[in-house]
Amino acid sequence: MSRALRDVLDDFRRTPLLSALGVTTIAFSLFALGLFGLVALNIRQALEKLEDRVEIRAFVAPGTTPEDMGQAAGDVASFPEVQSARIVTSEMALKRAQSELGEFRDVFEGAVLPGSIDVQLKPGRRDPATVKSVAERVKRFSFVDDVRYGEEWIEKLYRLRNIAGIAGLALGFAFAIVSVIIIGATIRMAVLARSKEISIMRLVGATDSYIRRPFLLEGFAKGVLGGLLALVLTWIAQTMINRYVIETIFFTARVALLGLLFGALIGLIGSAVSVGRHLRRV
Amino acid sequence: MIRFTRVSKSYPRTGTAVNDVSLQVNKGEFVFLTGASGAGKSTLLKMIYMEERPTTGEVRVAGTSSVTAKANDVAKLRRKLGIVFQDFRLLEHRTIEQNVGFALEVIGAPSTVIGGKVARVLTQVGLAAKGRALPRELSGGEQQRAAIARALVNDPFALIADEPTGNLDDRATRGIFQLLREINAQGTSVIMATHNLELIRRNEFRTIEMARGQIVFDSAEPASTAERRTP
Ligand SMILES: Nc1ncnc2c1ncn2[C@@H]1O[C@H](COP(=O)(O)OP(=O)(O)OP(=O)(O)O)[C@@H](O)[C@H]1O
Ligand SMILES: [Mg+2]
Repeated sequence: MSRALRDVLDDFRRTPLLSALGVTTIAFSLFALGLFGLVALNIRQALEKLEDRVEIRAFVAPGTTPEDMGQAAGDVASFPEVQSARIVTSEMALKRAQSELGEFRDVFEGAVLPGSIDVQLKPGRRDPATVKSVAERVKRFSFVDDVRYGEEWIEKLYRLRNIAGIAGLALGFAFAIVSVIIIGATIRMAVLARSKEISIMRLVGATDSYIRRPFLLEGFAKGVLGGLLALVLTWIAQTMINRYVIETIFFTARVALLGLLFGALIGLIGSAVSVGRHLRRV
Repeated sequence: MIRFTRVSKSYPRTGTAVNDVSLQVNKGEFVFLTGASGAGKSTLLKMIYMEERPTTGEVRVAGTSSVTAKANDVAKLRRKLGIVFQDFRLLEHRTIEQNVGFALEVIGAPSTVIGGKVARVLTQVGLAAKGRALPRELSGGEQQRAAIARALVNDPFALIADEPTGNLDDRATRGIFQLLREINAQGTSVIMATHNLELIRRNEFRTIEMARGQIVFDSAEPASTAERRTP
């Protein structure tokens, strides 16, 4: 077994609590990132699905005749971006709203919903810019009151995703800082415990990088362990959400690996910062 | 081999420890370094193995200059030097063999050659039978032999010894000194700081005396500043 590896095991044995704490904080850091990352990921997934269904709905003024609506729908259908345009009369709108809302259908009892022309865009032409330009052209019909294309919804989801992302990053960053400090403290103790050995290493001509190696390896190992722990925790959390809340998707293997690497990086930074500072004093 | 050119060293709080020292030690020489406590002997030796760098002037050791050497150059230089101290500096939880082998291990020597080299050098210092012992199971003289074995295991061109007999009784001192002479006879330079005037008087080796950071006597240059001879 290499001397560096032996030294790492020695240190885990010497300071088991502090070592475990270092691993745990790295795990928490990545767990926070992972959870909010999952939220962001699933929102993005939802947004993609929403985009598939993107539909422009042009509400017509009350009293517009089905003939006028049909004429307009025909015109709209001939736009190059448009796949189909179909008319929804006031009665159809009410029926649709009731069926979509299921148990809340009573809300619409006696309500009058406006009729509309529903426009479906061709696949590949559903980007926000195209949607907007078509919506603007549809708006030019004199009897069109209002055009909706789910922009508020999409915007809200985007905002939610951003909030989840920022929250995850902030919490993850805070835990990362804490783990860098704790790992640094562990390394400090390890350096002190081995100060005599280190000074003899120096005396007989060991290079600084050789002397550093076991400490860096130690940080790296803790980072990987923390990363694995975080992955397991995140996976458990996701499984619970799937079972009790809603169906969600998990990270791809590549993203999970990236998380592990990030953990290793935190551990490495924690030990590198500390070992540089403390070796100088031995 | 070892050359000091107008070397001074001052520490921030204690001031000048070595003051304008020029000096040359050639291959195969045996040199006593003496002088009162605080004269600057240890500081001078530290500048040879570049634990300290001069404040002004230059130290050159085997082609390595104190002015330009990087940390890695210093590490490489120390592989060509053997260094021993008054307090032995052995690792308590390792056997004598492991202590000696440690010096090879940490500079990346292949494990296949370590065993043979350790055995050879332990025989040379007379500790062949005690390789498996821990340092605390040895006498002071034996511990110093182990430390010398560790210093020799890399075949250094020079051995730097800072009061190697400072903690030893007369008998053990004679034994260690005898060992250093044998090592020197095989071609290794030895530079030994000592307060043991008896030892210096009884041996015809080059003697350098320091006082207040300066060389006040050097038997190799009797014409220079031979102000006073060690009594
Ligand atoms: N690391 C240091 N920091 C500050 N001052 C130091 C340091 N090392 C030595 N000195 C100072 O340098 C001067 C010379 O010290 P040095 O250890 O070289 O003397 P010495 O001749 O080896 O003495 P001794 O015979 O007692 O070992 C002393 O005045 C000491 O206070
Ligand atoms: Mg001294």
